[in-house]
Parts: sequence; structure tokens; C-alpha cells
Amino acid sequence: MKPVFMTYTKKDLINLAVCMVLSVLVIPTFITTEYWYTSILIPWLCLALATIGQQIVMGYTGQLALGAAGFMAAGAFAMFNLILRVPDLGFVGSLIVSGLIAAAFGILFGLPSLKVRGIYLMVATLASQFFIIWMIDKFGWFKNYDSSGIITAQDIVILGKPFTTPLAMYFVCLAVTTVLTLLAMNMARGSTGRNWMAVRDMDIAAESMGVSLLRTKVQAFAISAFYCGVAGALFAFCYLKSLEPVAFDIKLSFKILFMCILGGLGTINGAFIGAAFILLFPVLLNAIGNNVFHGAIDATIISSIEQVIFGGLMIIFMIYEPLGMAKLWENLKISIKSKLSSAGTKSLKSSAQKSE
Amino acid sequence: MTYERKFKIGKPILEVNNISLSFGGVKAITDTSFNVLEHEVRAIIGPNGAGKSSMLNCINGIYKPQQGTVSFRGQQIDNITPNIMAQMGLSRTFQNLALFKRMSVLDNILVGRKLHTKTNFLEVALQLPKVKKEEKLNRDRSEEIISFLEIEDIKDTPVGKLPYGLQKKVELGRALATDSTIILLDEPMAGMNVEEKRDMCRFILKVNDELGTTMVLIEHDMGVVMDISDRVVVLDYGKVIGDGTPDEIMANQKVIDAYLGVEH
Repeated sequence: MKPVFMTYTKKDLINLAVCMVLSVLVIPTFITTEYWYTSILIPWLCLALATIGQQIVMGYTGQLALGAAGFMAAGAFAMFNLILRVPDLGFVGSLIVSGLIAAAFGILFGLPSLKVRGIYLMVATLASQFFIIWMIDKFGWFKNYDSSGIITAQDIVILGKPFTTPLAMYFVCLAVTTVLTLLAMNMARGSTGRNWMAVRDMDIAAESMGVSLLRTKVQAFAISAFYCGVAGALFAFCYLKSLEPVAFDIKLSFKILFMCILGGLGTINGAFIGAAFILLFPVLLNAIGNNVFHGAIDATIISSIEQVIFGGLMIIFMIYEPLGMAKLWENLKISIKSKLSSAGTKSLKSSAQKSE
Repeated sequence: MTYERKFKIGKPILEVNNISLSFGGVKAITDTSFNVLEHEVRAIIGPNGAGKSSMLNCINGIYKPQQGTVSFRGQQIDNITPNIMAQMGLSRTFQNLALFKRMSVLDNILVGRKLHTKTNFLEVALQLPKVKKEEKLNRDRSEEIISFLEIEDIKDTPVGKLPYGLQKKVELGRALATDSTIILLDEPMAGMNVEEKRDMCRFILKVNDELGTTMVLIEHDMGVVMDISDRVVVLDYGKVIGDGTPDEIMANQKVIDAYLGVEH
């Protein structure tokens, strides 16, 4: 299909419009419980953004990196300090600079990718995870010498207006995520993304075509860390509303890795699908435990079951559908379409348009 | 050849001087020198393990020879890397295919346009007008190559799903997309049937004829080599045992011995 606007085809624009109507009009009108915003929608947007970062370095550039939460911590604490010490920057300015600071860490910890690859690179990038958290813990300056260990995040103020209600914070996250997602899609579909994928699929050939491995890998790490940094800042300011290094531990890095793999490596929409699945699945399991079994199953057992199912799914996806849920979703759409066109009845067609 | 060539064979464009390459104790190439003239089709032949692919890898900077130099347009190049050679106008294909398997045919060929892409990632992210202009130019050139190679019907297929012969074509297309002055082809016709080989020869000669691209190719099919090349260099056990026109090579006793074997 031919792009009609920027890199987007007509289908993309329709999808985008549907997503925007859903997120800007439908969700705020129909969902009124705070729980949905504070516990599901806001973390979903933040983690999806971090997962896009992970996608860029792992799904597109093929560099096995594990340290997204480290970069998120860098972004979150950079944000805290910028608002505290450079209030003139404003919220949006601080957010961008926090991302850039995280990107600087990304460049530093991306350098091993020039020498090692695969599982060894994964171990090397773990350094970012531990180093950044250690640094924040070690030097009191980063926490403004707060002794309690948990710092309350400052209120979000944009152009003099406070954004403190869950709905307002949701819109802040939505705006940032939308803009960065579109930018990521532009890169992924343009020459930048082609360079990333060329390095992923066959680095020697890429180099022989004039693609610099050094520049491409370091660039991917920097952009990835930028996305994680911004996501971390939003995660701390809109979701946790506090800053503590423990929140950005290795478990979060693994969570983002799972979101990336289950969602589908090398896809942008997979980041959103994967994040939604990993976030909602425990909620669903708990609901089943409470409502079907009426609390007969212990909560610890439920959380163990959750781990077992995630592990199992990872293996199943790796073997049968390495492109993840985004690919399943595509296949589902295609099979529904072909079934509908063969049936050809009017009523079915209108419901298909709705489901899109 | 009796007809008038649009691009007359000129001065040496690529010179390989006294190259020696060994892996541990195994000598792959020993003190090898030859040159490639501008606009010619130059073949490198030799039995298996003669060091032909190693030679291309030395020229392209994938292997670092222990001794010897490579000169491009009379200028010696130090610290050869694939990237530097690409920037100087040298492109290549690989013996065992080195395509970007999960990308479409069009995207593979578009990667070949890398050196004609000047916009950076920020400009791409923001889709500035100059990015669109450049992308259109690159896409148009890639489409041209795709229709030249007669692979329009598969341009959106992921390369990994294509049969071998087509993949070889795509790889040639990717090398062509660079608009290089010199293209190294490592066994472009290996594993192809007669018809595919004939097509490939046609493409190679057509590119050489219409664009004046200098072609260096490694090939095993003697008929093909003698038909399409202007000059041939023969390697055996990492040494040059013959260098000249196809007719001279056919008459060279050392070459005949190397290929047919000789009684000791």
C-alpha cells in the first residue's frame, strides 16, 4: 500500500484515528473508576514506552540487552533532580533532558555491543542495571540527601497548570507516549530502521553496504535508553508518585524483556500488546481466584501460577511464533477478513468494521 | 568482441600487491598480485580452496592480510574495512548469501542505498521534507533495479522465503543499488540452473555495458567465465598460476595441469 501521509498508509491512519478516539474520548467517558487509571492505564502506557525502547535495541537492532529498568531509574532520578534544581526547564523540558541523560548512559553501556554479542552482551548490559541503581543509592545527592529512602515525586505542572488527578496524569502519559510512538514508527520504517535491521540480520553485509556498525549500534542503544529514560520519569511521576531505586530492580527489566518478546520482536504495536498482557494477566488471575474460587486459592499460589504461565508462554512463543502476539493479531485479522469476505453478508461486514 | 564498447577498458582501478594471508599455520594466499582495469569484467578462477574467496575478503577488508597492500585508483589504502571500501565505491556479494533475511526484497535493496542517504535519525523521526525527497529518490532507484532484474512480483516478500536463485539475484540488486564503480561477485551463479545462469550473465554484462561498472567475479563454470570475462586470473594453492585473456588461459599449461591434474 502506498503511504498517503508521511510513512503512513491509509490503513495506518484509520488505525491511528481509532486508537485516538478510543483513548481520548471513549476511555475518559466510560471509565470513571480511579483504579483503572492509576493501576492499569498509566503503568501500561509507561511500560509500553519502555518496551518500545527495548524493541529498538533488541527487536530491531538484534542486540540482546537487559537493563531497561536501569535506564528508567536514570530517567526518573534525572527528572527529580532537574525539577528540583533547574525549575526553569519546566515539566516537558525536564522530561526531554532526563531522556537525554538516560541516552548518555545508553551510549556508555552500549559500547560492549561492539565487541561481544548474544548472551554475553546480555550479561555485559546487566552492568547498567546494577551500576545506575548503585550510583543512586551510594551518592545522597541524587536523592537530595533524603534519609527515608523513598522520596515523594513533585507535582506535575505544565504551563502553570497542575496535572494531579489520575485522569490528567493519564493524558500526560498518553500525549508523551503517542508522540514518541509516532517518532519510533517513522524511524523504524525509514532509513534508520533499515540500518538497524540490516545490522540485526547480517552485520558483515550491512558493513559492506556502508552501514557503520559502531554508529548504528550506539545510536540504537542511545535511542532505546532515551525511550526508557522518559518512560522511567513518567513511571515515577505519574504511577508510583515516588522515587525509590528499588522500584527499578532487575525484575522490572525482565518484565520489559517479556513484554518485548511476548508482544513480538521487531514490532511497535507489539510493545503495547505485550505490556497490556503482562499487566492485565495477573489482574485477571486474581479476579478468577477471588470470584471463581472465592479465595480458596492462596494469593502466593496465584502469583506462582502467574510465573509458571509466563514462562510457559515464553517458550511456546519462542518455538511457534517468534514474532509474538502482534503477529497472532495480524493473522487473526486476516483470517476474520477472509472468512467474512467468503460469507459476504452485510451484517457480518459491519461488525468487522467495528472490530477493526 | 567486435562491437564498440560504450565504456572503453581503461587504467588499473584496483591493484592487489603481494598479498599474503594465513590462518594460524595455514597459508591461504601467498604473495599474490594482480590488477583490475576500469570497466572490465575480470574473473578469478581456481580449484576449491585456492584462496579465491579469501582474496575478495582481503580486498573488501573482511580479512586483514599479514602482508601486501590494496590500491584503489592508484592510491594505497591502509586500514581497509568493509565500510571504507564501500565509501570508496566498492560493493560486493557473498558466496553463501548474506542477505537481510527478515526484510523484504525492496528493503534489502534499499539498504544498498545507504551511502546515498544523508539524513540522520532525528530528521527521519520527524519526517522532514528532505527525508521524504531523499527516500523517494532511493525508492525510485531501487524500483528501477528491481524491474531491471525482473523481480517486481516478489519485491514485498521477505528474502528468507525466496528460493536460492532469486536470493542471488536480490544480492546482485543490493550491490547494484550502491551505484558502486566496482562490484565483487563471489560465485554469483553457484547452484543455478542453465537458464538462471544465462539470465545472470546477461545482467552482469548489461550492467558492465550500460553503466560501465567494473566487475570482478569468482566462478566455477568455465564456459561462463570464458564467455563473459575480459581477463582471467587463476589461483591455485594461494598463488597466481595464470593471468591473461580467456584464450591465453585456455592455452596455459600450468592452468591445464591444475584443473586436470598432472602425473608426478
